[in-house]
Amino acid sequence: MPPPSPYGPKAEVGPPGLAAKLLSFCEELRSEGVAVGTSEILDAFAALEQVPWTSRDDFREALAATIAKSQEDRRLFELLFERFFFRSAEAQAIEHGIEETERRHEGGERLDIDELREQVRQAILEGDDGEMRDLARLAIAAFGRQGEGSGVVGVDVQRIRRTLGLSAGQQPPAQDGAAELPPIDRDQLNAFERHLRRELERDLIERTSNLPPSRPLAELDRALPTSPTQDLAAVHRAVSQMKRRLATLGHEQRGRRRSQTVDVRRTMRASLQTGGVPMYLRYRPKRPRRPEIYVLCDVSTSVTSASVFFLSVLHALHDSFRKLRSFVFIERISEVTEVFEHERDFRVIAQRISSEGGVADVSGYTDYGRVWLEFLGEISDELDPRSTVIVLGDARTNGREPHAEVFAQVAERARRLFWLNPEPRLYWNYGDSVMAAYERHCDGAFECWTTRHLENFVNVVAGGVPAAD
Amino acid sequence: MPDGSVAEVKDSLAAVGYLADEPAALVSFLAQRLEKPVLVEGPAGVGKTELAKALARSTGRELIRLQCYEGLDEAKALYEWNYRKQLLRIQAGGEDGWEDVHGDIFDQEFLLERPLLQAIASPEPVVLLIDEIDKTDQEFEAMLLELLSDFQITIPELGEVAATTMPIVVLTSNNSRELTEALKRRCLYLWLDYPDLERELEIVRLHAPELPEALARRMVEVIRMVRDLDLKKPPSIAESIDWARTLLLMGAEDIDSETFAQSMSIIVKHRTDIELVSERVGVKLAAAESLRPQG
Repeated sequence: MPPPSPYGPKAEVGPPGLAAKLLSFCEELRSEGVAVGTSEILDAFAALEQVPWTSRDDFREALAATIAKSQEDRRLFELLFERFFFRSAEAQAIEHGIEETERRHEGGERLDIDELREQVRQAILEGDDGEMRDLARLAIAAFGRQGEGSGVVGVDVQRIRRTLGLSAGQQPPAQDGAAELPPIDRDQLNAFERHLRRELERDLIERTSNLPPSRPLAELDRALPTSPTQDLAAVHRAVSQMKRRLATLGHEQRGRRRSQTVDVRRTMRASLQTGGVPMYLRYRPKRPRRPEIYVLCDVSTSVTSASVFFLSVLHALHDSFRKLRSFVFIERISEVTEVFEHERDFRVIAQRISSEGGVADVSGYTDYGRVWLEFLGEISDELDPRSTVIVLGDARTNGREPHAEVFAQVAERARRLFWLNPEPRLYWNYGDSVMAAYERHCDGAFECWTTRHLENFVNVVAGGVPAAD
Repeated sequence: MPDGSVAEVKDSLAAVGYLADEPAALVSFLAQRLEKPVLVEGPAGVGKTELAKALARSTGRELIRLQCYEGLDEAKALYEWNYRKQLLRIQAGGEDGWEDVHGDIFDQEFLLERPLLQAIASPEPVVLLIDEIDKTDQEFEAMLLELLSDFQITIPELGEVAATTMPIVVLTSNNSRELTEALKRRCLYLWLDYPDLERELEIVRLHAPELPEALARRMVEVIRMVRDLDLKKPPSIAESIDWARTLLLMGAEDIDSETFAQSMSIIVKHRTDIELVSERVGVKLAAAESLRPQG
């Protein structure tokens, strides 16, 4: 007798057939934020008519080519594809009461843990997927013998990995003078862990004949970039977008409104080609104005977590703009344009700024008022209606005089002034934050601690619509 | 030449010197079957443009290429009226009334075809390559939409020009800006990345067959080491091939720190990058040498 359906009412299984399955797969993609339109689904079906379904790779690639339209989407697609079809298969297995407990983990009892370790190491080195899967099963069986699993899949995976003595990167030198072990590739190790996880989940599902509810994917990239180099590429992309927008900003409307000047000499010369009839009007070329950008970046302890992000933004800005001057400040202000121009390696830059910036005076607390005074004093002659000033900071003055009127002077001289605050808007003006005093003088103040916020800032600056959160 | 299966497309691409991986072959196959444009994205120098060229060669079609740049407009991409010729026609026609002339001068004869119109109007099927679409403005992208979904172009004076034969359309992008959803929706998507070690080795061996296997492998390994660094411009596949040929010319037998220092400029082309690479990779090579037994 087949076990009762774990789903309760039939409706959840949905109508039978591949079409329904694919549609619910697309639903799942949508719920993770991949924009799958009806036209994409139609394309997917058209594509599937052309490839053999028996090949898993062809099937997946055909779907991916028609549905996932960016690298980010592709990553989500891979994750969800794996999960969705794994779950579907398991659901079917439960439905029809198929089990494989008897045949599973065959030989697991006989295997010595040292021998297993060697085999796993070998499989990981060779990157043999099928072998890794089999060994993952064996490892689970062997591990099960040693003691009870914790019941939490993630914990068990790590326990098994440690029992097998596997770690990525260079291997510790062997004790008894045996040959040195070759380093283990991190990706391959992750693949092995995936297999472990998969097999443990399968075990669990079989034991309980129940599918755990599917959870939304973890929000991997919402938080601060943990490693600056990791997210540097994303920051660079957002900034190069900003460059285009800042460069063309306002030119269009102004160009149309303001009449162009006809270059009489060139028009006459061009008319020679058309028999003296001035068919083409030649205009004096308009020289695009180079935007001049001043960036002030808070590097005090209150924004420690964000300053890595800010520095990478600065780094990217320097890659894109030639006329850019950057300053870092805590109590005093210090120009770091040179450091960025001469160093390429981000880590070196971060180090040099912290060592020779000379921005902390005595207390190490930010003094915004003094910073504005110094900034204005240093470059007041150079600020003109062409310049854009961007401030990166949390506006926490530590109870010191904010000198908002000096800030207003800066804002007045510059064409535009933007403030990027690494704190959520909710915290602004709480405690010693004097954001409101400064915000009045800004052309825009934004919360900004992820690349997504940065892109949003770029959109708003360019007059577009802010991206939905 | 209709292709029967993915494997056949892959083979025919390989026959003209392009070693496609599975996804690339599949997408090329789907593009021909579904008659949809393909959007290829990926870092510079992984063979995005080359894929289009190889498709043209393997299918025996003509390649029409539109190189995009900032400020590219319809007159350069679609069509333009040949004002000079029209003017001549008006002047030559002297006695003719306006009625005769104005029907006459807006005729195929006075139309200058630019790449996109060329591709549509061509009597033979072609491969249309729209290179570096991310360099253009969003307005231009919008203009492409009609072409990409219906394969037709509307010329106000003439009406619609619809494609008689379906071109294979390949768009490439270096991902320097996000393309619009509308454009993406009309395309198949292919992400090309740097090939894995074995495939790159195959590619190098295909283009520099005289290079000994062991040396080629060593070279590809070094290239991958260089790519792992955070460079302004990582070496592309074309540069690996160039380097392979350089090593052949130099008669090198192994990549030691000396050969590397001499020929490094083939694969690294930025002053700051050169410093970084010679510091990181050069040192590694030197260390490897000192370990090896002499002679």
